[in-house]
Amino acid sequence: MEREHVRSMVRDLLLARRFEERAGQAYSEGEFGGFLHLYSGEEAVAVGVLHAAEPSDYVVSTYREHVHALVKGVPPGRVMAELYGRRDGCSGGMGGSMHLFDRERRFMGGYAIVGETFPIAIGIAYGIMLRRLPEAVICFFGEGAANQGTFHESLNMAALWRLPVLFVCENNRYQIGTEIHRQAAIPDIHTRACAYGMPGERADGMDVLAVHEVAQRMLHAIRSGQGPQLLELDTYRFRGHSMADAGAYRSRTEVESYKQAGPLQRVEQKLVAPMDRLNGSPAALDEASLQQLRDEVEQIVEAAVAFAEASPAPTLTDAWDAFHAPGRHETLIRAEQKHG
Amino acid sequence: MAETLAYWQALNRAHDVEMAGDDSVFVLGEDVGLYGGSYRVTEGLHARYGEWRVRDTPISENSFAGLGVGAAMIGLRPVVEIMTVNFALLAIDAIVNMAAKIPFMSGGQFAMPLVLRMPGGVGKQLAAQHSQRLEHTLMNVPGLRIAVPATPQDAWWQLRQAIASDDCIVLLEHVMLFGEKGEVDLHAAPPPMHQAAIRRPGKDLTIIAYSRMANLAQEAAEILAGEGIDAEVIDLRSLRPIDWALCVDSVRKTRHLLIAEEDCRFAGAGAEIAATLTERCFDVLAAAPLRLGGLDLPTPFNAALEIASIPQIADIVEAARRLCRPPGKE
Repeated sequence: MEREHVRSMVRDLLLARRFEERAGQAYSEGEFGGFLHLYSGEEAVAVGVLHAAEPSDYVVSTYREHVHALVKGVPPGRVMAELYGRRDGCSGGMGGSMHLFDRERRFMGGYAIVGETFPIAIGIAYGIMLRRLPEAVICFFGEGAANQGTFHESLNMAALWRLPVLFVCENNRYQIGTEIHRQAAIPDIHTRACAYGMPGERADGMDVLAVHEVAQRMLHAIRSGQGPQLLELDTYRFRGHSMADAGAYRSRTEVESYKQAGPLQRVEQKLVAPMDRLNGSPAALDEASLQQLRDEVEQIVEAAVAFAEASPAPTLTDAWDAFHAPGRHETLIRAEQKHG
Repeated sequence: MAETLAYWQALNRAHDVEMAGDDSVFVLGEDVGLYGGSYRVTEGLHARYGEWRVRDTPISENSFAGLGVGAAMIGLRPVVEIMTVNFALLAIDAIVNMAAKIPFMSGGQFAMPLVLRMPGGVGKQLAAQHSQRLEHTLMNVPGLRIAVPATPQDAWWQLRQAIASDDCIVLLEHVMLFGEKGEVDLHAAPPPMHQAAIRRPGKDLTIIAYSRMANLAQEAAEILAGEGIDAEVIDLRSLRPIDWALCVDSVRKTRHLLIAEEDCRFAGAGAEIAATLTERCFDVLAAAPLRLGGLDLPTPFNAALEIASIPQIADIVEAARRLCRPPGKE
C-alpha cells in the first residue's frame, strides 16, 4: 500500500477520535442536547471500509455515524454544526447527531430506528441495477440490528436480485447493555449470510489495514456483478452506548483490555514501529509525522467547533422550507395554498 | 373523447402511460408482475416493461416499502403496491419513520418521489384483519400526502399526479371500487391533486365524504332531493392536505354539516373535519355538525353485521333529515 494512503487512513483515525472526544466534551458542557452516540474505539471499521470505497459509492449508516460521514468527506464543520443543531449543519439543523445527510457526497443518512439501513441500502442498490451503473452501496449496521426482521427480509432480496451491497456489521458485542450471547442464538453474524447464499466474512475490526484489505476485495467483487456480501468486523466501543450510559454492565477490566488493543494503539505499534519489527520493511510513519497528524486534526476539530458555534440557529421558516422543499413547485390545492 | 373504464383499468392505464413516458418509474409489490396484481391493476405491465421495472417481491412489506424509499432517494420513481392497507401496518416503519421523515430530517436535501398504493375499506366478508381503514393513522403523519380517489376519472388523474410528484404520496384505494365503471376523459387537464370536488351543488346542507362514501353520499343526495332537501356533496379527494377553503365556503352557504366516513368514527378523519369546520364556521352553523362513521368495533365477518358496522345510504339520508328537520320543528 502506498505510504500516502496509509498516512491518510491514520489521519482519519486520529480525526475520528479527536472529533468524537471533542463532541463529547461540548455535549457535557451543555453546548447541545439530544442523544449523542460516540464512535471511539470503532474507528478502524469506518476508516478501513470507506477508504476502500469509491466516491461514487453510497453509504447508509446508523445513529452512531459521525465518523462515517467524516470519512465519506462531509466537512467536519458541517457535521459539528449539525450536532449543535445549527443552520449550517449538514442537515440544516433538522436532523441532529443521529440524522446526518449529505446528498452530494452520497452520504445517505444516519438512521435511528435499528434495522432501517437494510431496506434503504437495497433500494439504492436496486436503482443502481436499473441504471446499470458500476456503483455499490455500503450498509453499516450493528450486531443488534441483525435480529430485526429487515435484516433477513433485505438480505433475501439483495441476494435474490444480486444487488450491489456490502453489508458491514460493526460488532461491538453490546446492544446498549445486552451482551451478544444474551440476544443472539448465532452470535457469529457473518455465518447468517449463508442462509441467503451470500458470502460472509469476518475480520479484525481493530486493525485498519486488515479491514481495508478485506473491504477492498469484497467491494471489487460486488462492483463486478457478483452480488451482495456481508462483512462482520469485531470491534468495541470505549464509551457508553450514549452519553447517558455509564456502562455498568461491562467490567473495567474488559474495557481496559480493549483500550490497550484499540485501533490507534495498533497503528502506533504496526506503522510507527522501527524497521526491524516490520520484517525489514520501512515503517509507514515515524513518530514525528504522527505528531504532525495529531496537530493537524486538532486544528481541524477546533475549526469545526468554531464553525458550529458561529453558525446561526435555524428559524421556523427554515423548518417549513425544509419540509416543503421536495414539492415546492407543485400546486396542491390552489395557487395561494398555504401550509396548515 | 371519454372512455368508459373500470377503476382498476384507469389505474392500469395510468401506470402504463407514466412508465412509458419515464423509465425511472418502476412498480413493485406482491404479485404485481406475472400474476398481474391482486386487483388486476398492474395487468400486462410485466410483459411490457420486464421484471426490473415490474418487480414481484417476497412477502416482506417493511423491506420492500423501504426499498422504494431508498430508490426514491436516488431519483427513481417507485410505485409500491401494498396488497391491502392492512398489510401496510407491517410497513409502517418504512412509511412513517423513513419516507415521511427523510426529506425533512435531511434539511430538504432529498425528495421522496415515492407512491404507496394500497386498497382498504370494508369489502365483502373479508373479516376484521382485511377490512380496515387506516386513514386516521396516516393523516397524523406530517410528510405524507394522501389522495383518496373515488371515481375512475380521479384514479386516472391522481395516480398520474402522484407518480409525477416529488413528495411521498399514499394513494388509498377502496376494494369495493375496483370494479366500478365510469367515464374517463384521458385528455382533460386534471385539477390539482388535493383539490376537493363538489359532486352535487345544493343549498340546504353540506355532506362531506371521501372514497366510496362520497359515492354513497351522492346517491343519498338524490333521495333527499325527492324529499325537498337540497344537499351539496363534497368529495374531498384528498385527506392530507384537506381543501378547507372549498369546505368552508360550502358550510357557510348551507349552515348544516354532515360528515360520512367509513373509518371508525372515534378519532377519525370526520373528527378533524368537524373540529376544523366548527372553528371556522361556528358563527353561521344552524346546528351542531353530525358525523357518521364506522362502529368502534373490529369489522364482523357475518354479512349482516358487516353492513351494520359502517354507514349505508339510508343512514346518510336519515342523518340529513335529522340535521335539516330537527324533531319538534316540523
